[in-house]
Amino acid sequence: MKKHLALLVLLLGAAYLASTLRPPSNKSAFDLVGFGRVPVLVNGRIKPLDTVARTSLLTLQGRQRVSTPEISEPFVASPIEWLADVFFNPTKADRYPTIKIDSPEVLTLLGITEDETRIKYDSAAKRTLAILGFLPSTKSRFSYEQLRPKLPELDRQARLAEPVESQLRTAFQKQAIAVRDRIVLYLQLKTSVQVPDTTDFLGELELFERALPAGIRAVLAKQKGEAHNEDALKAMMAMAERASYMEQLGNLRVVPPAAGDTDPTHWRPTGTALMEAFSTMKVDATIMDYARIGHAWRSADSATFNGIVGTLHSTLTPRYPDAMRKSDIEGRFNAAAPFYSSMTLYVWAFLLAIVSWLKWPLELGRAAFWLLGLAFVSTSVGIFTRMWLEGRPPVTNLYSSALFVGWGAVLLCVVLERIYRNAIGSVAGGMIGFATLLIAHHLSLSGDTLEMVRAVLDSNFWLATHVVVITIGYAATFLAGFLALIYVFRGLFTRTLDSATADALTRMVYGIVCFATLCSLVGTVLGGIWADQSWGRFWGWDPKENGALMIVIWNAVILHARWGGLVKQRGLMSLAIFGNIVTSWSWFGVNMLGVGLHSYGFMDAAFYWLIAFVASQLLVIALASIPLDKWRSFRTSAKPA
Amino acid sequence: MNPVVRQFRDFFVSLRLTVVLLILSLLIVFVATLDQVNLGIWAVQEKYFRSFFVMWHLPNSNIALPVFPGGYFIGGLLLINLVAAHIYRFAFNFKKLGIQLAHSGLILLLVSELLTGLLQQDSSMRIDEGESKQYAESFRENELAILDKTNPAYDEVVAVPEAVLTDEGTIQHPKLPFQVKVKAYYANTTMQVGDPAARPGAPVANQGVGARVQVLPLPLTYKPDERNLPAAFIEIVGPAGSLGTWVVSPAVGMPQTFTFEGHTWELVFRFKRTYLPFSLALLKFSHDRYPGTEIPKNFSSRVRVKSDDGRDDREALIYMNNPLRHGGMTFYQADYDHERELYTILQVVRNPGWLLPYISCIMMGLGLVIQFSQSLRNFINKRSAAGAP
Repeated sequence: MKKHLALLVLLLGAAYLASTLRPPSNKSAFDLVGFGRVPVLVNGRIKPLDTVARTSLLTLQGRQRVSTPEISEPFVASPIEWLADVFFNPTKADRYPTIKIDSPEVLTLLGITEDETRIKYDSAAKRTLAILGFLPSTKSRFSYEQLRPKLPELDRQARLAEPVESQLRTAFQKQAIAVRDRIVLYLQLKTSVQVPDTTDFLGELELFERALPAGIRAVLAKQKGEAHNEDALKAMMAMAERASYMEQLGNLRVVPPAAGDTDPTHWRPTGTALMEAFSTMKVDATIMDYARIGHAWRSADSATFNGIVGTLHSTLTPRYPDAMRKSDIEGRFNAAAPFYSSMTLYVWAFLLAIVSWLKWPLELGRAAFWLLGLAFVSTSVGIFTRMWLEGRPPVTNLYSSALFVGWGAVLLCVVLERIYRNAIGSVAGGMIGFATLLIAHHLSLSGDTLEMVRAVLDSNFWLATHVVVITIGYAATFLAGFLALIYVFRGLFTRTLDSATADALTRMVYGIVCFATLCSLVGTVLGGIWADQSWGRFWGWDPKENGALMIVIWNAVILHARWGGLVKQRGLMSLAIFGNIVTSWSWFGVNMLGVGLHSYGFMDAAFYWLIAFVASQLLVIALASIPLDKWRSFRTSAKPA
Repeated sequence: MNPVVRQFRDFFVSLRLTVVLLILSLLIVFVATLDQVNLGIWAVQEKYFRSFFVMWHLPNSNIALPVFPGGYFIGGLLLINLVAAHIYRFAFNFKKLGIQLAHSGLILLLVSELLTGLLQQDSSMRIDEGESKQYAESFRENELAILDKTNPAYDEVVAVPEAVLTDEGTIQHPKLPFQVKVKAYYANTTMQVGDPAARPGAPVANQGVGARVQVLPLPLTYKPDERNLPAAFIEIVGPAGSLGTWVVSPAVGMPQTFTFEGHTWELVFRFKRTYLPFSLALLKFSHDRYPGTEIPKNFSSRVRVKSDDGRDDREALIYMNNPLRHGGMTFYQADYDHERELYTILQVVRNPGWLLPYISCIMMGLGLVIQFSQSLRNFINKRSAAGAP
């Protein structure tokens, strides 16, 4: 058993990964998986409805599950089922608690009372846990139905706040705008394929199409001032009004351009396509298809639903083979959630590696290493899939930089572990891999992580060189810092840091710092050259540039202090830990300059975490300066150099 | 060796000095980044980086105390330290090649930054579609131009730099038949229509636009997207007495003219101009967005470059990450008409040392790669010799 432990762990991990790769299956008779793969154009790219559903839910409420803490069963089985309700059954969707409001002031503004926010748990055990603080005691997600009465007031407050420069807005102003934007997004989705207040959109469309010839005659007659059919005219006016409402509000471009037209700018929102019916005398086929799907959804007619979804696929697939293939892969990618499974694997690798220092070093160490490798492969596949979907180098926004920092650091850990085989690489890799994916998860809450890149970044050459190299520089600097953390904790609190391990850690930190210096220096200078190419100056002392420069300087400080003999083993470790602070400042701190300094009394959540991280690192540096004879590992054995 | 000289030498070549200077530079970069929130990017550069000492102004007084070494001080010492250590320890052998290459690259980079600080000139050109322009305008500097418009074929121009106006003195120039008296100068202002006499304290203009507007002084702005609009009250004094007082400002759009002894003169306070030996004409500005969004996909300007001597006459496309380099200057796509997309704004940079960072980048990258791959090889050799597991 002990002999085959590593293999067993690897197989378990692989089985877990394989289970996420199963094609997503329908949980009811409706082909919601197929519906989720229907492509639409939104935010500049063609993407599957499944992605629209997931990113919208993340933006609206910070998670993909639609549920309330009071009922254990979620309202819908999948994000796409929620989207189908929003599209086709809005009265039902209006009652789902999917709009996140954290600010008590905004809740008061919206007339939500304390009684409404309190969670009434159904079991006594849960109630006790809530009192003890292990379960939340107040709700933070509300339904559109609950918020509707006070929406004009919210809109007024948001409009008042808008002219204020974003950095100068108060917490309340920021939250009012944020919540208003969430509600607008929800309304946009609701009006994307049909008018929300209708009960039978399909029937209305059919009626409208039949009434078109008479209606147009009536309109023309009215223009000439001749006698005309008042009812036919009214029907036309009513539909024109609805179409223009949808055109203004709906944000999904669901109607593809006419056959043979491949220009992506020609995808249209439903409202625009509906307007065209007045000249073509015919309602666009895609609109009719969506209306039929909606009718079938409401009347629980799964056969029609599946049939029309199939029609949409078979008409779109031959016209957009690339987009449809990407759409399919993206759907599978969303369902498999490789970064989520990697997170789990990293945690296990970390735990196994820690335990291996105490017991069964060989077997558990190998198991941890293999799990780390597996998680690394899974992250790599995720990153490569994103690159293929986007057609870009790996780092294009803050979210992907978090993925890539983790990836680069874990790669270095795998190399270190291959050389040293002392589980230190696995511990550091598990820790950094998990932490960066967690950061990435929180960054993904702002919306679509595969967004289009702005003109200034639109250069695959520089994205592939400068951005990648500098991100690896971040990764290496963090890794050196985390290795130093391991040194301090093992040395101070356990007896496991013998002098061979201490020396090995020192060499690792030194080597990684060298590598970090190389990458951050070359990356920064490449950035300067890019700036020279696009803005006409090599260096402009702007915050992001200064941040990168600070990492280079700090790595140079570590190397020169070491070469000059100013620091020994422990000093090197403290300097490397301070590198964590410098890197976190450059990565996130400079982006928050406006947030932390201007708006007194308001702490952005991320800013709070940054401060906490910096404080924790300073604490460890303070711990590291405890005299060596108090360190558990060095009490009896010879002191290291 | 004389012990004093030796101490001196040991101080300048020591690694301890290097580490101290690096830490000081880290601190100054950090504080300067934070201070950008208050001062803006330009003032921060002057205060922290392009100075020998960071000065702190005592509140409510003109006394300034040096509180921290500035960029020139730290950078200069670092350069001396680097060069001194290089000379002192220099011994050409293959083992040290990497480290020497990297440090030489760094020396070159510091020198090139110094050169840039001293020699680089930034300006901008706003060209309407179809228009052709032969001068670039400064971002921050202004000049008072006094033009003799009598000859229709050309203008005779006397340009007075803004710095001279701030002294609020009297200007006499051999090309001007009158004195120019600066009665008042304000570094940043706004104007509103109204009776100038209604604002006591300020001089009163009685000619041109100034007779109908009030000039309201404003505090200086440091925001990167705003610029200061100065204004000055200018009195023209001939041998026979005053001709009147004018208000001049870059905010005044219409020309203000007067005649004196049969010549027609024009007063303009404008963004400082640099004339080019060639002209740029904007043929077409284009701007694409991603479908269904406001995210810009690209912007580009198609321009025609035509030199005075007729040797150059070509078209060029300027877009993000693809500037036009011509006549020792570089033209970058900087901004455009956000409403109707009818004009483009190009940034014009003259920087004779622009190539140096490229060379130093190659030197440093190559040097570090050589150095660290040597260390890595030694490490692997040692391990395999020791037979590590």
